[in-house]
Amino acid sequence: MPEPAIRVVGLGKSYATAAGDFPALKGVDLAIAAGEFVAIMGPSGSGKSTFMNLLGCLDTASCGDYFLTGRNVARLTGDELAAVRNQTIGFVFQGFNLLPRMSLEDNVALPLVYAGAERAARRAAARQQLARVGLADYAASLPSRISGGQQQRVAIARALVNSPRLLLADEPTGNLDSHTSEEIMRIFCDLNREGITVVLVTHENDIAAFAQRQVRFRDGLIVGDAPTPRTADAAC
Amino acid sequence: MLGEAWHAMGANRMRTALTMLGMVIGVGSVVLMMAIGQGAQYAVAQTISTMGSNLYIVISGSTSTGGVRSGGGGGPTLTVADAEAIAALDGVLNVAPVHQGTQQIVHGPNNWSSTVVGTTPPYLEARAWTITDGYPFGESDVRSATRVALIGQTAATNLFGAEDPLGQTIRIRQSPFLVIGVLGKKGQNLDGRDQDDTVIIPLTTAQRKVFGNPFPGTVRLIMVQANSPESMPAVETSVTALLRQRHRLRDGQDNDFFLRNLAAAADSAAETTRVMSVLLVGGIGIMNIMLVSVTERTREIGIRLAIGARRKDILSQFLLEALMISVAGCLIGLVLGLGGALLVNSLTDMAIVVSGAAVLVAFGVAASIGIFFGYYPAHRAAALDPIEALRHQ
Repeated sequence: MPEPAIRVVGLGKSYATAAGDFPALKGVDLAIAAGEFVAIMGPSGSGKSTFMNLLGCLDTASCGDYFLTGRNVARLTGDELAAVRNQTIGFVFQGFNLLPRMSLEDNVALPLVYAGAERAARRAAARQQLARVGLADYAASLPSRISGGQQQRVAIARALVNSPRLLLADEPTGNLDSHTSEEIMRIFCDLNREGITVVLVTHENDIAAFAQRQVRFRDGLIVGDAPTPRTADAAC
Repeated sequence: MLGEAWHAMGANRMRTALTMLGMVIGVGSVVLMMAIGQGAQYAVAQTISTMGSNLYIVISGSTSTGGVRSGGGGGPTLTVADAEAIAALDGVLNVAPVHQGTQQIVHGPNNWSSTVVGTTPPYLEARAWTITDGYPFGESDVRSATRVALIGQTAATNLFGAEDPLGQTIRIRQSPFLVIGVLGKKGQNLDGRDQDDTVIIPLTTAQRKVFGNPFPGTVRLIMVQANSPESMPAVETSVTALLRQRHRLRDGQDNDFFLRNLAAAADSAAETTRVMSVLLVGGIGIMNIMLVSVTERTREIGIRLAIGARRKDILSQFLLEALMISVAGCLIGLVLGLGGALLVNSLTDMAIVVSGAAVLVAFGVAASIGIFFGYYPAHRAAALDPIEALRHQ
């Protein structure tokens, strides 16, 4: 059996609060195979966002191990984690998180700056990714000049610019209307069909329906893990 | 990284400009102040050189009679013989005993109050006087107390108008004096006194015919010129030792004379302190704005960290920003300071001196301050946790 794209073992995270340590994630085990499309679901405070931040190497676990294509990234140092975020993972946020004073092209090219790419190569790659999400004509615009749905497409282009094999998305449609949400989900479906592993957090059932597999969190633990029922016509 | 720092600066022009302004004002004012300050020093040095260089003045000491103390020059402690003994010391170029005072001078219907200096021939060289017309008096004139005079430009103009004073007679205290030479123009001294309002006559004549002298053979002051600036300290020591010996002063007894240096060295330490304090203010301005900038841009830092920036990337971006702002501010300040100096120079008569070393120091200090004060905010930015930074609103 090939090594899964993601394998976590006893992964936990506690936050220090005034009332003592609060366990947001109480030691979970999960494996996601390469090429899967997984939706992480659960109510607010269930630990799903904490779990996602750990998967994205944005936060460090209190306990447990996290194997990313076989490599235990739970033990890495700051600079090594930065390299993982830069090269291995593409991350899409609910709030888009584009730099407001930079053109779309510069925003998309930013990960390549930290990868040490040449200026010309950065330009070419950024244009290519913008074209992939249908925004080639807006390369020189500022984020504030385009709609929320378009901003999220730029954020996806930025996540893809270093050709990662894993795309993580934390409520990517949370700030969008249902029509635009569907457009964004179509893009995720297309990327998944191209072989990219997609993991996204959502609390909406019709968004989760695009995924092949749904993992449910509650109170810091996984309480459900099942394939999406093949009924909805919205699915990929 | 240079591109990123440049981009961030361009992205918020107002903030960048305001940060820079602190540095601009700091460096600009330093450059302007130094240009004017050095210009003033230069002007002072020029004036001092007209008074004569490497000069000491020995003034006879104060006396006290029944509790009433006279000022310097009051007591008859210095003698012409003292002057002759000083002239024999090593490192001494010229020595001239002097007896001077203000006298009314008359020529025909004109009269004019002028400074009359009774002295010996070396005085002219010590005080850097030139003779534009005629000739100076000699040692024989001093020995036989002849009534000859050298007249300064101001005194000549007021007494003779357009007439040629050479060969004419002037009266000082009823005694007639033959004008045998006209002195070159010197201008004002440091007190603002007109140095050209002077009449120079032989010391002996001055003491016998003009001032009178209750203590024959004594003088109020002796002018001593060292042969170089380097030999001045040695001359000061040897003159003091010689006079103490000649005046038979015991150890522990105060000098009965004063030794004064005409051109005290300008203190450059004060200048340096001022430069540092002004630039420090500019530097703290940079730190303040950079700290605000780090807080304001926490989210940006979070985004950059999330897509793979390492801590050193963030550190160098913020450091470069601070450095670029301070260097750019320096350059603008330099241009404005020099422009201001030129403006002052063209609007007033003030002398302006811009030294390359001063400019380099201002520049180097400003750049170092930029790095120094940029480091702390940059370090704080780089130490942020990605997820914490991203949650910042």
